This record gives sequence, C-alpha cells and structure tokens, in this order.
Amino acid sequence: MNPFSSGTRLRDMIRAIRACKTAAEERAVVRKECAAIRAAVSDNDQEYRHRNLAKLMFIHMLGYPTHFGQMECLKLIASAGFPEKRIGYLGLMLLLDERQEVLMLVTNSLKQDLNHSNQYIVGLALCALGNICSAEMARDLAPEVERLLQSRDPNIKKKAALCSIRIVRKVPDLAENFMSPAAALLKEKHHGVLIAGVQLCTDLCKASSEALGYLRKNCTEGSVRILRDVSNSSYAPEYDISGITDPFLHIRVLKLMRMLGQGDVDASEFINDILAQVATKIESNKNAGNAILYECVETIMGIEATGGLRVLAINILGRFLSNRDNNIRYVALNMLMKSVVVDSQAMQRHRTTILECVKDSDASIRKRALELVCLLVNDTNVKPLTKELIDYLEVSDEEFKGDLTEKICSIVERFSSEKLWYIDQMLKILSEAGNHVKDEVWHSLIVVISNAADLQGYTVRSLYKAFQTSSLQVGLVRVALWCIGEYGEMLVNGAGMLAAEEPVTVTESDAIDVVEVALKSHSSDITIRAMSLIALLKLSSRFPPTSERIRELIIQHKGNFELELQQRSIEFNNIIQKHKNIQSSLVERMPVLDESTYVGRKATDVPAVKPSKANLSGTSLNLQNGVTKPPAASMGDLLDLSSDDVPATKSSTSDFLQDLLGIDLGTPVPSGSAFSGGSDILMDLLSIGSPIPNDSSPPNSVSSSVANSSAVALDKFSSLTSTSSSLSSEALTIDPLRGIEQIIRSPPSTAPIVDLLDGLSNHVSVSGSEKPDFPAITAFESNSLKIAFSFTKLPGRQHDTQIKATFTNKSSNEYTDFIFQAAVPKFIQLHLDPASSSTLPASGKGSITQTLSVTNSQHGQKPLAMRVRMAYKVNNQDLLEQGQITSFPPGL
Amino acid sequence: MIRFILLQNRQGKTRLAKYYVPLEESEKHKVEYEFRTHKVIYRRYAGLFFSMCVDITDNELAYLECIHLFVEILDHFFSNVCELDLVFNFNKVYLILDEFILAGELQETSKKAIIERMGELEKQE
Repeated sequence: MNPFSSGTRLRDMIRAIRACKTAAEERAVVRKECAAIRAAVSDNDQEYRHRNLAKLMFIHMLGYPTHFGQMECLKLIASAGFPEKRIGYLGLMLLLDERQEVLMLVTNSLKQDLNHSNQYIVGLALCALGNICSAEMARDLAPEVERLLQSRDPNIKKKAALCSIRIVRKVPDLAENFMSPAAALLKEKHHGVLIAGVQLCTDLCKASSEALGYLRKNCTEGSVRILRDVSNSSYAPEYDISGITDPFLHIRVLKLMRMLGQGDVDASEFINDILAQVATKIESNKNAGNAILYECVETIMGIEATGGLRVLAINILGRFLSNRDNNIRYVALNMLMKSVVVDSQAMQRHRTTILECVKDSDASIRKRALELVCLLVNDTNVKPLTKELIDYLEVSDEEFKGDLTEKICSIVERFSSEKLWYIDQMLKILSEAGNHVKDEVWHSLIVVISNAADLQGYTVRSLYKAFQTSSLQVGLVRVALWCIGEYGEMLVNGAGMLAAEEPVTVTESDAIDVVEVALKSHSSDITIRAMSLIALLKLSSRFPPTSERIRELIIQHKGNFELELQQRSIEFNNIIQKHKNIQSSLVERMPVLDESTYVGRKATDVPAVKPSKANLSGTSLNLQNGVTKPPAASMGDLLDLSSDDVPATKSSTSDFLQDLLGIDLGTPVPSGSAFSGGSDILMDLLSIGSPIPNDSSPPNSVSSSVANSSAVALDKFSSLTSTSSSLSSEALTIDPLRGIEQIIRSPPSTAPIVDLLDGLSNHVSVSGSEKPDFPAITAFESNSLKIAFSFTKLPGRQHDTQIKATFTNKSSNEYTDFIFQAAVPKFIQLHLDPASSSTLPASGKGSITQTLSVTNSQHGQKPLAMRVRMAYKVNNQDLLEQGQITSFPPGL
Repeated sequence: MIRFILLQNRQGKTRLAKYYVPLEESEKHKVEYEFRTHKVIYRRYAGLFFSMCVDITDNELAYLECIHLFVEILDHFFSNVCELDLVFNFNKVYLILDEFILAGELQETSKKAIIERMGELEKQE
C-alpha cells in the first residue's frame, strides 16, 4: 500500500508534513493525502472515515481547501457511536460555518442528538449548535434548547445556556422565550451554570427591552447575591486565581449589573453597595484583581451611581496609572477617556499622573495619555500643563514630536488669554519642534504678532535669540524671517522693551547676518529662501546703510535654478538699485492682519484641504465672496507664501502683458468677476506698500478699485506674485507703462500710473499704521459703462454704510434717461437717493453721482452683496445692462 | 464575546483556529492584531502566541486571564505542554477548547472540572 494512502495513521501524516523542507514539498504531500481521502470518500469507506476526517481537519488548519470532506462530517454525525459522532461534530465545526447550505442537512441529526439519552451526545450537539448554528437552525431547534435549560445535569444546563445566547443573537425575537429559564439559572450553585446563566441574562438584556425590564425586576437581587457570595467566599482551590475566587464570575456579574443599572435609578441604587464593597475589597497587585476592579469601574461609570462611588472609581483608575504593567496603564487611560464626561473634576486630581504617562516608554500609552491631557485642559490649569508638555518636547522621541507639537499648539491656541503668553509658548514650541509645526499654526502666530503692536519689538528680539540656537527648525526660521523683515528696526533700536526682558544688543549687520544664514543654509527650502529675500528687501529700506550689502546678497540668486528665487533676486535688485524713491513705500510694514476674520476663516476651512494650500485657497475663496480681511493684507500673506507652490508660478511671467491687455479689453464681463490679471498685478504692487486711503478722486479710485477687485483673481495667486514683482521692475521702468495704462483703462482716468504710484507713496506714508478706511471699488464695468463705489461709514454706526456711486460713460454716445436700480439680499436694507442727473455725457466727460445708504443687519457675519441694473437710452434706443457686485471690501 | 481564537507559533504556523463568527477564507489568512472594529488580545508563551479577538467593549484584562487559564488547562492535560503536543493532538486541543468556551463565551472556569470532563469523554470512546 502507498504510504500516503488513506491507510496511514494521522500521526504519520503529520510527521510527513512536518518533515517537508519547502512549501512545494508540503503541497505535494497534502495533494497525495487529499487524493487518497477523496478516493476513500467515493468508495464510501466506513472503516477509516473518522481517521480521514481527522486528517482533513489538520490539512484544513494548514490552509488547504477541504470542502469535499463536508459530507463526511454529516455521515459521521448520523452514525450511532459516540466516537464517530464526536469527530463528526468536531469536523462540522471546523470545516463548515453557518453560511453553508450543507449545514441545513444536519438539522435533523442535531434534533435527534439533542433528545438523545446519552448526555455526552446531547453535549456534543449543544456544542455544535452553539458554535455554528444559523438563524434558521436557531429557530428550528430553540424549543429543544429551551427544554434542556431545565435539565438536571449541570454540564447540559450550562451548554444549553450558552447555546441560547447564540440563538438569541441570531433571532432576537426568541429572547422572550428564554427570559424566565435564564432568570432561574441565577439561583444555581454550580459556577459553570452560574456564569453561563449570567452571560445569557446579559445577552437577553441587549436583545430585547422587554427582557431587560423582566430581568431588571427579577434578577437584580439575584446578581447582587451572586456577587456577594463569590466575593465573600472562603478559599476555593478549584476556582482560585491569585487569591481571588473565580474572577471570571465576578466580571460577568459586574457586566450584567451594568446592563441592569444603566439608566435605572432604582436598580442602580440597589447595586451601589456591593459595587463599593468590591471596589474597596479587591487587591490590585495581580492581573486578576485588576481585571475585576476595571470591570467594576466600568460598571460604576455606566450606571446611575452616587458621586462618591464615581470618585472611588476614578481613584482606582488613578492607581492603575502608576501600575508597572503596560496593559493596566493602557486600559486605565482608555477608561478615563470615556469617563471624562462623567466626572472631570475627580479626574483633575490625577492630572500629574496622567502627565507622567505622556512620558511613558510605550508609544500607545503616550498617545492615549496625550489625548486625555488635552481633554483635561481648562483655563486654570493650562499654564502649568503647557509648561510640562513643552519641557517634555525637548526630550521626547522624534516620532512622537509631531503628535505632541500638534496637541500643544491646539491647547495654546484654544486657551491663550494673553498674547504675551501665547507668543512665548509658540516661540518655545517653534524652537523645540519648529519642523513639526503645521503651516496654519505659524500663520496664525504671525497674525497675532501683527496685531500686538506693543509686543512686536519683544517678539522680534526673542526670535532673533531663538534663531541663534534653533536655526534648523523650519517653522521658527520662517516666523523669524517674517518678523525681522517687518520689525527689523525694533530689533536694533530695542523699541517696546518689556520690563522682564533681557536686553540684547543687535546691530544692523547682525540682523542681516541672520537672514543671510537662513538664505544660505543647506537645509533651507525654497519658501525660506524666498522669505529671506523679501526680508532682505525690507531690511534694505529699514537699514539704508546696509543696502549695498543686501543688494549683493540678493543678486547672488540672479542665476538661481528656481525661477521664483531668480525672479525675486533680479526684481529686488532693480528696486534697490534704481528705485530708491519708491523703495521705502514699497516695503512699508504690512498692514495689520485682521485677527477675527482669520480665525473665522480657519474655522470654515474644509479640513480635508492640505493645510498650507487651505490657507491660500481659502483666501481666494473667501475674498471672492468678499468676506475676509482687507485685500492688501491677504496679498501680503500671499506674497510671502507664494513659493509654497512653485511649479505654478512659472507660468505667466512672460505673457502677463497679453493677459493684461486681453482681459481688460475684452467684452463686458459680469461685474463681480470682471477684474483680471492686469489689475491683480498692479494691485499686488500696491499691496507691497500699504492700503490706499480713499477719496474718490479718479486716480485713487482706479488704483484702489484695482486693489480690491484683484482679489477675485486670487486663484491665480501664484502667477500673481511672480508677475507682481516682475511688474515692479518692468513696470517701473516707466515709459511703456504709460502706454499700458492708456490701453487698459482707455479713456477716463488720464492720470498715468506713475503718478498714481507717486501719489500713493505720499498717501501711504501718512496712512501707514492706521487702520485703513474702506477702499473704493469699481463696482461694475463694461465696454460702455463704468460704476465706481466709494464708501463712508459714520462713526459708531457699524451697520450703516454710505455708498457714493459714480457712473461714467465709456462710449462716444450720450446716454439719456439714465436710471440706476439696485437690489440687495433680505438682510440688507437699501435706500437710494436721487441721482445728480439723468444724462450721462459721452466719453467720460462727465459723470452722474448717486448716493446709496445701506444697512447690513448681519454686519460682521455676512458681506454686502448687490445686484444692479442700469437702463438708459442711446439715440432713443433702450439699452439695459446688469450685473452683480460681490467685491465689496470686507467689514461693511 | 470572543470572535475567534488563534494559536500560532513564532513562524506564524497556525496550531489552532476557532471561529465563533464566520469569516471568509481569505480573511482568515490575513488576520492581524488589529482586526476590523474588534480588538485582539494576545499573550505569548514561549514560542506560541495565543490570540483572542473580542468586542471593543470587552475587558482586556479579563481575556488575558482567560488565555492564561486555557494555557494552564492545556499544561495540566498534557502535563507540561509543548508545541509538539498541540500539533499531534490538535483534535484534543479543540475538544478542550469546546469544554472551555462555547458560542464565544466562557463555559467553565474550573480547571479541575474541565480535566475531569475530558477524562469522562475519553472513556466514552
């Protein structure tokens, strides 16, 4: 006989398989065995059937297909003897599961075996039913199982109880049939029956609310008794685990109590005492004891327990936190996290211990603890907690720093009450983990700094100091560069010295050294380099004597492979060299960034967007709707950040002129979006300086309308910055520009742009640090008509705005019967004053003005918006133009 | 409840696999320590890993104790159990498990009761 035929014994097959050195050999052995078993199956071999099935089970365990053995299981189960049935049921449970159709065939055999006179055979059937029955079988065989629950044999009873759990899980409708036998099981003495009964009751509570009500009434007392008995029982060697009698029964009863007490004051009150007893009595030096305490805590937290009991529970968890076993610390943190809503005050007492867990050697414990700490922060403890966390940041693992930094930042942002504290903490974080700080975090830091006029000197000096030690932390370097560029003079002259501040002597060239280091460091990315260049440009005007050195630094990048840097280098060089007269106004300090809108915008940002992008695209988006901050500010933002998106910047430098001409000369465009590349560029140029003060004199209204409308095209921001700066050099090289300006704005504003710029710089120096008034806008423009809006607000009346509309005729025909109409959303009230005239002379030789009074009832939440319609006659022919204005300056 | 129990050696060879909820064959072979929305409690004894996949709300510490009890029962039954005992007597291991856990829930917590029950069943053969 072939050694691998079905004649071999099971042991021999296992040995043969174990002896295989490669997977291929093993497959060969298994294939031969399977072939032999198949042959035996088709011969209907009786003698070796159970041996073959045993082999198949082993083969199955190794992961080979064995479905051809399924019918063999059924045959064995149907045979009369216990050994055959035993192996048949075992095979059934291993080779099949509830999803196989074949399983239905076994229902009848199961039914017979459940009624068998041999209790061992009944046990086999119950076991199989409990492990793999389907919903259908559950329904069919439930009456048998129900009957067996009343059996006298505890072995049958406990198996029937667990089998009922499976039945109820499969068919919850049957729960009611099992309520009363389940309740009766709790009166038993046998631990196996008790534990099975308790588990059945727990599952019944989950399955049906009726069963829950019944068991609450009939079992609460019983469960308390079981717990009391088992917890007070004297030493029972059979059930003893490290000095505790049957911890498993403890735990199961506690779980049942949780079901019974949840949401029910009476039942909870009944359970309170025994819970307190267990919670105080159980020793916590072994895992078994801790398992019980843990379950007990969960039950206390789950039911309507008394306050004192809850404090006791939290204290147990607090003790767990100092346990040496990782598992116990881990589960304690999980449970504390769940309990934080229940009683956060009791938890505050364990803050120090929880904080220690943040420094745990186990990564998952650290993570949990950190999350928990964040839940525990409040106004009173934020300072010491932040200090601890930041101190730990220094020594924490590199891979944990990301998480830690993120959490600290969110805590600091959420709970900062004073700006000084916020700035201090952020600087510490940036110095320790500036590489892990997300972009929006340092962006908002900059917003805060820009708003804290009295702290700017202090901040820039602190950043200077921090840079000396942490020049490799990207986030720190960026913020430092920005601040040194903006507030460089405060670094040198020590303005705004705080009382507690340590004085530091920095010379102009020291300040430039810092930027130079950042610019030249190998670890600097393109954003840092681009920011360095901007900072240098700004410093060149802040520190005039150093401007030659700065120019030399800047010009080193004129051949840089990064187009962005190359461009900045060349343009800035030109500015320093050739345009001293406008340089200082070009690099004026950035206007104050509007904090509230920044925060609001952050809140509305879709979280899915990548952080750095979110900031930028968020800007463009919101500006289109006119919600956010003054355009100049956002442009400033962009200007510095643009290199985040370098690839995109490369596009439009060369063809911006075409853009400029093409778009602006185009056909009438629906108003809101009417403003194009050309104006963006101009505007950006302006934004380097400062927002423009408004009066409605023509040149200014042009320039500022430009500033505003350009926001619309912000999605092109990348092209914007590059072109902007390119314009600054090219456009400023004068003459062609005059031409451009004429082409663009064909007739009306005859003031050449150079004038405009000059005028601007005059204004700028005046308006410098003041909060800008609302810039005028070009509300509507088509080939034939242009409407400019200028705004005035009466002091103390935030909701009301006076809009002065100026209509200009761009065509060569006179317009008569000119009527302007406007419509606004419901939350705005509009009043139109009579127009100055109804006749609009041709070619901009005159204009009509009209005053609109607007009341925005949702001021600060919603921006102004307006639809306009202009009806007029040209040569007695009716004409109609309409549009929508969304480009109102924010804050109206 | 217990979803499944696995016993594997350090090479990843499965020595026991018991499923109380059905799984696809392909899923059975890629089971890892994080399984769907359940948690896997495991404990290592020499070269063998005992894993139990349980509900997310279950008491981890209790199942650690449960694994230990199972190991003690095996140890008792085979008197000083080793991996080879489990390989050659895999069917016995399954039978012990069936006396210990049923329908994914604990059936008997007395080591003595289980060993005695196994003896009785052997006598029936």
